[in-house]
Amino acid sequence: MSALALGEFHPFRSAGRDFLYLVPSAAVFELDEAASAIVDRLRESSTGTGELVAELSARFPAAELQETVGELLRVRAISVEGVPDEPPPRQMPPENFPLTTMVLNVTNQCNLSCTYCYEYGEDKIVDTENGRKPKFMSEQTARESVDFMLRESGENRMAHLTFFGGETLLNLPVLRFAIAYARERAAAMGKEVDFSLTTNGTLLRPEVIDFLTENRVGVTISIDGPKEMQDQFRVFHNGTGSYDVIAPKIRELLRRHQTRPIGARVTLTSHTLDVRKIFQHLTEEIGFWEVGFAPVTTSPNRKYAIAEEGFDDMLEQFRSLADEFLEFAVENRHHGFSNVKDTLEEIHKGVSKAYPCGAGLGLMGVSTDGDVALCHRFAGSDAHKLGTVRSGIDRLVQIGYLEKHHIADKTDCSQCWARPLCSGGCYHEAYTRYGETAHPNLHYCEWIRGWTDTCLRIYGELAVRNPRYLEQFEEKVAYEASQVN
Amino acid sequence: MKHLKSINRKAARIDRQADVVALQQGPPQQAPAPHFPLGCTLIFSPGWEADRNGGTAGLCTPVERDLFDCHAGCFWPAQVPDQLNHAPDWTAKCASAQKDWRKIDLVFP
Repeated sequence: MSALALGEFHPFRSAGRDFLYLVPSAAVFELDEAASAIVDRLRESSTGTGELVAELSARFPAAELQETVGELLRVRAISVEGVPDEPPPRQMPPENFPLTTMVLNVTNQCNLSCTYCYEYGEDKIVDTENGRKPKFMSEQTARESVDFMLRESGENRMAHLTFFGGETLLNLPVLRFAIAYARERAAAMGKEVDFSLTTNGTLLRPEVIDFLTENRVGVTISIDGPKEMQDQFRVFHNGTGSYDVIAPKIRELLRRHQTRPIGARVTLTSHTLDVRKIFQHLTEEIGFWEVGFAPVTTSPNRKYAIAEEGFDDMLEQFRSLADEFLEFAVENRHHGFSNVKDTLEEIHKGVSKAYPCGAGLGLMGVSTDGDVALCHRFAGSDAHKLGTVRSGIDRLVQIGYLEKHHIADKTDCSQCWARPLCSGGCYHEAYTRYGETAHPNLHYCEWIRGWTDTCLRIYGELAVRNPRYLEQFEEKVAYEASQVN
Repeated sequence: MKHLKSINRKAARIDRQADVVALQQGPPQQAPAPHFPLGCTLIFSPGWEADRNGGTAGLCTPVERDLFDCHAGCFWPAQVPDQLNHAPDWTAKCASAQKDWRKIDLVFP
């Protein structure tokens, strides 16, 4: 009889129980004692079923062990040694994949000069100042973009339109126009459009806030934390910090805009790496509903780049905030650390990604002149162009791009247990670091594995201590399914 | 299942479908016949001049195809490292020959 060996998985322990995160299926199973004992034994060395049962028969009945081996084999947690697993098929997404989100760069101009900005800073890919792209999107291009979005949304009933910049609110007239036009066109087609935008908060006048509230526009504010952190990098052209200008405006926004929860989006740098303090300031002192963190995208030699030790430090802080999240979730209370919640949702669905994100597939970015790119971060870059809103998507370019970026071709990722969720990471980050969008983001592998492990543990804890909390993701799945005709 | 409890949606699907492999693979497909001439010194083989169907397109090109023909089809110690004993990791960085062949390095005994 052939020996049994371990399959590919990441084991974790939560609430005193053993779980397996299986790779690449992304299934999460809880093990009973017999199953745990078998996995533990096989971790020492491969062995035949007969020997395994004999060794463990003092603790469990033989029939039960046999049965457990069968179950573990069935889910591929263990395998028969010498019989290689067939590699998962290199499945390409279906053709004419519907567009769910269009990010419209209504301007590439900004009234701030954040030092680390990927659009204006040292690592920019498009010449936003002297390039040939118009600085502001015209009404005509916005109209064509909306038509493009609705056309490409296929069978979906709901389309998401996100406004982006530069500073989005610098082009308020086109924003207003696009919302009205999208409403009208969607209604005529029996569809709906969900609107959102990202802004630095400097231009949130009362009448702008009222407009956003009336139109149920979701708002995300880019902000880095309390004054001393915000003013390090998020500065005006003359170098003065922006905190004192935006803080009262954001408070006003949070007071008036009650139709959608409002989130903060924080860029972490080596100089502003105090996650707990930032979170506490933005939720308790300012009043944001949720806060999402992301490390700055930069080439490694910049002084604000987060170095390896920085990632360790960041992981520690994320963990402690995640523990707090868990205690809130156990009591069904809201906690605004959105990084955890997003990952928990993906774990619950069991996503196993061929691509790190929807860029170039369900999400595309549109530049001020109507060029369609992978995502908003590449908008305006000719090298990452997929078509135009007028001529549509060049399907050959899109397929070529999808072929090139598939996880099956990322050799470095092929042995990593976190690949179902990470899939190599952000294309723009990779482009900035390595000059190549298809390159896996090897500089943060340890961080991704550490963070995924943390989220798995929290998921396991919730599955044991408050499974009802996870039901919200079921409702979301059902809702999303209902949005496709 | 009795000893494994499905926790997330994917686990529940696997539990229901009773067959993970089917879930992953889709409808069964016939494995393609090997393109390289198996055991070229043992049997008569058209070798590198024609493929198994008598075709000539794509033979020995690109160069990495040739390398793996020698390596996988008929072990040829003069040209490729002994991957069983001395250089087990020789192709570790090469999951896809067409893309990663540059990562295959020389081996010095």
